[in-house]
Amino acid sequence: MARATTPRRKALTTLAAWTVALIIFFPVLWMILTSFKTEASAVAMPPEFLGASWTLENYAEVWQRSDYPRFFWNSVVISVGSTLLGLGLAIPAAWSMAFVPGRRTKDLLMWMLSTKMMPAVAVMIPIYLLFQWLGIYDSKIGLVIALMLMNLPIIIWMLYTYFKEIPSEILEAARMDGANLWNEVLYVLTPMAVPGIASTLLLNVILAWNEAFWTITLTTTKAAPLSAFIASFSAPQGLFYAKLSAASTMAILPILILGWFSQKQLVRGLTFGAVK
Amino acid sequence: MGKIVLKSVRKAFGEVDVIPGLDLTIEDGEFVVFVGPSGCGKSTLLRLIAGLEDLTSGTMHIDAREVTSAPPAQRGLAMVFQSYALYPHMSVRKNIAFPLKMAGASPEEQEKKVTAAAKVLNLTNYLDRRPGQLSGGQRQRVAIGRAIVREPSAFLFDEPLSNLDAALRVTMRQEITELHQSLKTTMIYVTHDQVEAMTMADKIVVLNAGRIEQVGSPMELYHKPANTFVAGFIGSPKMNLIGGALAAAEGADQIGIRPEHLGIVTEGGWEGTVGLSEHLGSDTFLKVTTGQAGVLTVRAPGEVMLRHGDKVRLAPMPGKLHRFGKDGVAL
Amino acid sequence: MSTQSTRFAARLMVAPSVLVLLVWMIVPLGLTIWYSFRIFRLLSPERTGWTYRNYTWFFNAPDFWLALVNTLLLVGGVLIITVILGTLIALLIDQPVHGQGALRILVIAPFFVMPPVAASIWENLFMHPQNGLFAALSRGLGYEPILFLEDYPMASVIGIVSWEWLPFATLILLTALQSLSSEQLEAAEMDGAGALNRFRYIILPHMTRAITVVILIQTIFLLGIFGEIFTTTQGGPGSASTTLPYMIFKQAIVAKDIGRAAAGGIIAVILANLVAIVLMRGIGKNLDA
Repeated sequence: MARATTPRRKALTTLAAWTVALIIFFPVLWMILTSFKTEASAVAMPPEFLGASWTLENYAEVWQRSDYPRFFWNSVVISVGSTLLGLGLAIPAAWSMAFVPGRRTKDLLMWMLSTKMMPAVAVMIPIYLLFQWLGIYDSKIGLVIALMLMNLPIIIWMLYTYFKEIPSEILEAARMDGANLWNEVLYVLTPMAVPGIASTLLLNVILAWNEAFWTITLTTTKAAPLSAFIASFSAPQGLFYAKLSAASTMAILPILILGWFSQKQLVRGLTFGAVK
Repeated sequence: MGKIVLKSVRKAFGEVDVIPGLDLTIEDGEFVVFVGPSGCGKSTLLRLIAGLEDLTSGTMHIDAREVTSAPPAQRGLAMVFQSYALYPHMSVRKNIAFPLKMAGASPEEQEKKVTAAAKVLNLTNYLDRRPGQLSGGQRQRVAIGRAIVREPSAFLFDEPLSNLDAALRVTMRQEITELHQSLKTTMIYVTHDQVEAMTMADKIVVLNAGRIEQVGSPMELYHKPANTFVAGFIGSPKMNLIGGALAAAEGADQIGIRPEHLGIVTEGGWEGTVGLSEHLGSDTFLKVTTGQAGVLTVRAPGEVMLRHGDKVRLAPMPGKLHRFGKDGVAL
Repeated sequence: MSTQSTRFAARLMVAPSVLVLLVWMIVPLGLTIWYSFRIFRLLSPERTGWTYRNYTWFFNAPDFWLALVNTLLLVGGVLIITVILGTLIALLIDQPVHGQGALRILVIAPFFVMPPVAASIWENLFMHPQNGLFAALSRGLGYEPILFLEDYPMASVIGIVSWEWLPFATLILLTALQSLSSEQLEAAEMDGAGALNRFRYIILPHMTRAITVVILIQTIFLLGIFGEIFTTTQGGPGSASTTLPYMIFKQAIVAKDIGRAAAGGIIAVILANLVAIVLMRGIGKNLDA
């Protein structure tokens, strides 16, 4: 929708847009700034900006007092693992819904989404007991399964949206060329849908990384990811702003960086069929 | 080898009978064109032959082998789609090699056949490009290349030229005809364009509402249309159909006369006024409103200096009248 | 349009997903229903027998209806704020501006912040009555600091959650906006439509589908919002910011009454389904092709 405009108008909209963007971003920025201040400087009134006393002490202390690498590694395994497992289930399902739709396909999709509407708290106890009973409580595999199931409807919906944009003639051509179903999905559909699959992967890794209910409810120490790390930190450290900010920054930084680097793919993919 | 036999083939989508039941035999090496207006079932028929749709009932044989419920891959057919359906993420080389790869051919064999096909289709310099970097005609040739390398028993074309501009369409039409002459493989070609049908086919199958109206060579259809539908569909401009007293005088319900078989005469015939005149140089098309015969289209050879409002007399050439009965069937 | 064998294959390929989701839905739901009729208190020896009192307790609890209203307020409030602000921001960013890429990076950032962190930033660094930035701002202007979490707990929670979800809404709406052809807008301009009319008659209808998607997806996530309340207000003061999920949580973890918590869970599931039905009836048709 880009249209011709005067330099003056462009300058004005630039100013407005940057103001809005900075307001939205400011809380994150302030957290990062606070994490580099001394505790005294962090709570100083009036707030200190340039004149604050800066330090790396907070990070050093957080690093020393907790096993950050383990939490980080758990987060990586859980978010990437659950998403890959979800994609493995969702690609065939989305293929089938997009290219061999039946009368009930839309209903099926809506039903899948509705399983997400069940509030997690509502089924917390049965799931907790079930995970204990199955012996996957506080295990990475347990969380991978739980988060995969949480995000599966979203993954299927996103893929379904992308697949629908691929002309079915191309898949029929593959069938005429002698490809069986497996080859059709492997050599034709999947490579063609790479951009869509990539953004689905990204979004769901982010959703899984940021999930903070099941990851806390279903873990104690062994499989606890960064969400549990930060939850454990905020309780006793409530008033140590600088250290809390440092820990918070450490918890969100990996995904923030990933998100920023891949924002083009992410944004392109974030349509859910909203754009036709 | 590619003799295809369809017996009482029926196709219904839910309650709707798209093809109510038809029999058709396509001989080995024939160039058969399915032609008809949009929605007549010609593409469905092609997809049934391809195996992309199931028959609701009936049987189909390719060279004496029953393939009624065989999957597309096992029918030994190749198809060229309307949108070309090239794989956008593969180079031209890989596109053409794909059916060979699926058939488990060795890399050397793939390379050999791709090179040969590319040579035939003038694609040698484009083998490493992606489909997105090719022109419409080149994409069309890649689609054909992908079909050729399988050495199928028959080629299926689904309106392959409809996305090309007029000039390119003529060239590609000739290329496909030449391809047929050199390969001598059965080809089934679907189009709504009767010019393509007339120029390319050995045998034309005219379809209407899922039924075969007539099967025959282009000239048979032109000279002896079986009914008013075929008469109106084959030939351009359309045949003039006249009812009423003039038809009754010939002992028919309707009579038909092609625009090129109406002569401009000085006396006798039907008198009328020129409404519209289109001058093409080689021909002149006239729309003439006559008293007895209604509005007639005339195709006069060369330049005819007639303008809107001029009076003119028209007479059918002897022996060129077609007579049709009440049900539209030729008498 | 396809053959029997592909249709069969299609069913086979969708089956695993349907199966696991069915299990994921039915097993916890079944167990929750079972517990919801049991007397099961971890803090007392009463652990046997059947009862319907778990449900009646909820309906008679003084803060149940408040929790219900709060839940709907949270979902509705966040939806309204994110859709309206998201549309405005999308319209702004869509204009030709300098540094569009960097701009988008800043706007998108809150989406990458996990809920506990988001809640703690707002609670401690901004809304804290002594050390928060807002308090400093109030004092600077000569006012007493506003006690956000004490005096306006629901509004504060809605504000925090809106901040988290604003990028998502903005991005989807922006993508929709960018797919609008400039020819349509130019045609409208030639027809004499001013900026407001262009928005009302061209841009807004074009974005209906995107807005529907935003509402649908956000509702799914918002109905279960829990962490933000847990971190900030703990449902208080009193029950002022208690939502249904939080009330269930209190029954399960604080009161350790599994039966009641389960009954609350079933009520929450029913509420979610009601919301889903209303949504699908109301806006579902916008999603059709």
